Amino acid sequence: MIPVEFRGFAWRHAGRRAQAVTDVDLRVEPGERVLLLGPSGSGKSTLLAALAGLLTDDAGDQDGDVLLDGKPAADQRGRVGILFQDPETQLVMARAGDDVAFGLENQAVPRADIWPRVHDALRAVGFPYGPDRDTHALSGGEQQRLALAGVLARRPELILLDEPTANLDPQGAQDVRDALRTALADSGATLIVVEHRVADILDLVDRVIALGPGGRLLADGPAARVLAEHGETLAAQGVWVPNAPLPHRPPGTPGGLALRADDLALTHPGASQPALDGVSFDLRAGELLAVTGPNGAGKSTLALLAGGLARPDRGAATVPGERRPLHRLPARRLAVRVGSVFQDPEHQFVAPTVRDELAFGPKQAGWPADRIDARVSELLERLRLAPLAAANPHTLSGGEARRLSVASALAAAPGVLLLDEPTFGQDRRTWGELVDLTAGIRDEGTALLAVTHDRDFAAALGARELVLKDGREAPC
Amino acid sequence: MLTLAPVCGPEAPIARANPVAKLAAVALLTTVALVAADWLTPLLLLAFVAAVLPFTGIRPGPLAVRLRWLWAAAGTVVLVNAIFAAEQTGRILVALGPVEISTGALLDGTAIGLRVCVAATAGVLVFATTDPTDLADALTQQLKAPARFTIGSLAALRLLPLLAAEWRQITTARRARGLEGGWNPLRRTRLFASTMFALLVGAIRRAGRLAAAMDARGFDTEIPRTHAREQRMRPADWALIGLAAAAGAAAVAVSAATGTFTV
Repeated sequence: MIPVEFRGFAWRHAGRRAQAVTDVDLRVEPGERVLLLGPSGSGKSTLLAALAGLLTDDAGDQDGDVLLDGKPAADQRGRVGILFQDPETQLVMARAGDDVAFGLENQAVPRADIWPRVHDALRAVGFPYGPDRDTHALSGGEQQRLALAGVLARRPELILLDEPTANLDPQGAQDVRDALRTALADSGATLIVVEHRVADILDLVDRVIALGPGGRLLADGPAARVLAEHGETLAAQGVWVPNAPLPHRPPGTPGGLALRADDLALTHPGASQPALDGVSFDLRAGELLAVTGPNGAGKSTLALLAGGLARPDRGAATVPGERRPLHRLPARRLAVRVGSVFQDPEHQFVAPTVRDELAFGPKQAGWPADRIDARVSELLERLRLAPLAAANPHTLSGGEARRLSVASALAAAPGVLLLDEPTFGQDRRTWGELVDLTAGIRDEGTALLAVTHDRDFAAALGARELVLKDGREAPC
Repeated sequence: MLTLAPVCGPEAPIARANPVAKLAAVALLTTVALVAADWLTPLLLLAFVAAVLPFTGIRPGPLAVRLRWLWAAAGTVVLVNAIFAAEQTGRILVALGPVEISTGALLDGTAIGLRVCVAATAGVLVFATTDPTDLADALTQQLKAPARFTIGSLAALRLLPLLAAEWRQITTARRARGLEGGWNPLRRTRLFASTMFALLVGAIRRAGRLAAAMDARGFDTEIPRTHAREQRMRPADWALIGLAAAAGAAAVAVSAATGTFTV
């Protein structure tokens, strides 16, 4: 356990004009467990990177000091362990045990000591397989637990967690939190966590530090007191404060049929079980259907088939006014009938500016120029993207990119919009914006289908629910 | 499609051999095959490979599946070299209008095809029976290759399947936006280029995150690394290299004795 101190710390990333953080003065005592809160862009990840010694001279300009045990953090990397969000890009080796050993090899731990420490670390995080397990065969939650074992095996005196469960489904996130709880109980290490979902992590920490925009200190103290005194400000900044009221946007009466899915079935090549085994539903104008169910139940496959993006083995999805099933429509024709929004918005961007991105669909559909202009201006205003009209879509923040991906799928006014995990990994503020946006689209008469793990989202919008299990519809 | 079914179990003798020893043996055989320009030397080397195959623990079925395209390619090499030889010498075997194949040209073509066969077969034997992690360990420990290179390559290899999955996602997402190549070759090419660009942007971001995670676990410190798994050159590994050298020398000697050897 080591004390941590920021003294007048400021950081500007190379090539950026604005400071990521300015004038940060903080002290964390040895063995303290701290939750670091703040709106996106307040520099939380920058502070963690500074403590992990990852901000090198060529990465930007630093003012002030970051001290671990009174010495610059950059020279003490061996005493710090950091767990990032994305499990895929933290694993180095093909075998689970080798991956844990990787950090020990770097520490020059003698071979005879490496394997006992690898086994201990794997046990501490509840890793369910042996050390020879192929790291590709792991789920996201298992990969993240393996990455945690890689951090713990090095016996760090300071542990940093940067939204460790944000990229995981609910079950995976729960498993990682359980692993953290057990593993940290045995460790006396100083702990600093960044996490939006406060309720999930509150029992692991004894102090909350809340930052305002630009890294300015907003509040500091015991968790209960900080949340009681600053709950509203924090919620407005995007923190998921426990027990904060959720919005309620109930649906109106649904209109006519907008999409019919009839007996959809698909088995992926090489799979022994069908991913989807005969699912049917009707989607009406002005309603939201929430497709829920555990991982691997066939939710994403259903969205692909219903959106005409993959060819079903059996059955078909159709919309009124088209004789051919959706998967046989040419892409241009499909895009004006059904819009699909994917989990990763960046995969969908095809144009160099936000304005061109919005104009793309209507242009493909052959709209006249003045109608396109009017539609683009309307969408820019409605989705608060007007100030970004000339920006490159790949430079947008997470929330902005998501709004743009919804807007661009809507641009050519399809009657149906399919959303895959629209609220995944979003902070509270973006979440609220997405609820409002979805309610607005629905109430204008678009038929919506959302694949989601997010019960709050479905509840806030009063969605009709379709539960999938093992590729079939299950009772609610 | 090249199927990648394992050609041997993890306990097969060839899977347990030191990867560097296997590389050295293959390098020896391939060098001899490429230097010799006659048809007999590579044929003898192939015979040698076939003779030792039963002792390696390799399953012939999956190996043949992996090799079939390479052998098909070697067959094409024979034909092309025989038809387009600089001069047709000896007896004419086939004459179809302007196309003539003579015994001399066919023999030269066969020699080139056999060399391709030796190099391809030996290469597949090594890489199909070597775990990439073991190869990286051996390169680092026996040849003192820098860990930046070996471990960096391993980490990159781990990310390759993700690229394939991402390619499919981008293509699907583009169909949803109304973009599809269809039958128009120009549009297909442009779509391919822009999909490739999107893939590269993602790959570079991912590589940056992976590099940060590796450095956070001490990869870029100056401390000399230890090795969790030991790779050693055992007597059997030296014997493997010696055997390959002997086979190369014997093939050259036999072919020289019969008067066929040329360089």
